[in-house]
Amino acid sequence: MSDQDNNTGKKPGFLRRLWAVVRSPTSAWSLGTLLIGGFVAGILFWGSFHWALELTNTEKFCISCHSMERNFVEYQDTVHYNNHSGVRATCPDCHVPKEWQHKIKAKIMASKDVYHHLVGTINTEEKYQEYRLHMASLSWKKMKQSDSRECRNCHKFEYMDFTIQENRAAAQHQAAIDEGKTCIDCHQGIAHRLPEGYLDEYRKVVDDLAANGDIPLGNGSSVASAKSELQEHLSSN
Amino acid sequence: MKKQNIISLLAAIVVVISGSFVVAQQNSGSQPLRDVPIDEINIIDEVQKQDTTSRFGRNYRQQPPLVPHSIAQYQIDLNANQCLACHDWTNAGDRNAPTLSMTHYLGREGEQLDQVAGTRWFCNQCHVPQANAPVLVDNDFTPSN
Repeated sequence: MSDQDNNTGKKPGFLRRLWAVVRSPTSAWSLGTLLIGGFVAGILFWGSFHWALELTNTEKFCISCHSMERNFVEYQDTVHYNNHSGVRATCPDCHVPKEWQHKIKAKIMASKDVYHHLVGTINTEEKYQEYRLHMASLSWKKMKQSDSRECRNCHKFEYMDFTIQENRAAAQHQAAIDEGKTCIDCHQGIAHRLPEGYLDEYRKVVDDLAANGDIPLGNGSSVASAKSELQEHLSSN
Repeated sequence: MKKQNIISLLAAIVVVISGSFVVAQQNSGSQPLRDVPIDEINIIDEVQKQDTTSRFGRNYRQQPPLVPHSIAQYQIDLNANQCLACHDWTNAGDRNAPTLSMTHYLGREGEQLDQVAGTRWFCNQCHVPQANAPVLVDNDFTPSN
């Protein structure tokens, strides 16, 4: 292509020249330099990208915006901040997925928060309370859709010893496994205060997801279906 | 020079008098929350832990049942009541929880309500976590028969 341009006597555009440089084989650099240099540059690039990404994955970064201070204060009263063992969860532990593809998606989606911060969507107590149910429902939707993936980074049914749980908790957790329920089905408002009409709104979120077929099968759903199948079989004989 | 001396003398008197007044006030009326002197160890009462093993029976017929499970950090305020997520009549069946007494669905004038009455909204005004704890305040309550 560059040959054609040269034939007409016109200087090719910047992009075309760049493309020509990229396409042509190297003459001055040895293969070793290119390989090792590329390798090192790759490490530096990925390292700094990852470093910057992780910097945005800290609580300090989250609460550096005024709009996040309100929910952080109420979070400090809850068990995920203040508890007997001293282990605690930070904002990104619950709100940012660990797996890369989900994490990048969450990070891109979160950039809309910058807009809302600048516009001042929730910059007063009244506005915050007005939007609380909406914001909560967005989080509930994400959690229900992902089978409470972020909860399960720490809390897994597989490692729960029901015998050392409170009797009622153990019974409810067993029922949750059998019925294929997910964490957020019962545990709403464990880290932030609940607004009026929260339970109706949660059920609406779940119904909407179910109508669109967006709810993944819970871990225990195979147990539940096997159980009902077995009961059917036994009752038919 | 003499004038300055007089002024500083007056100022010194004012400082001494007001200072002693403040000290006198601190020594007299105020009631500290801490009962023991500051240099002694303040021993607090034993922390009473909730008993979640089984339900306690009622001590008299009209006693509000005690709460046999942890309710730490349950939100009960103007906006939400997390107890009702299991104990309201709409949820109790699914959650295998005892339903609220139907008296809690009666309005001020005795009319039937579908939602828990506002007068009954704050559960822990009557229903408290159960614990085998000594009474905090003596009383001579006797149940009606």
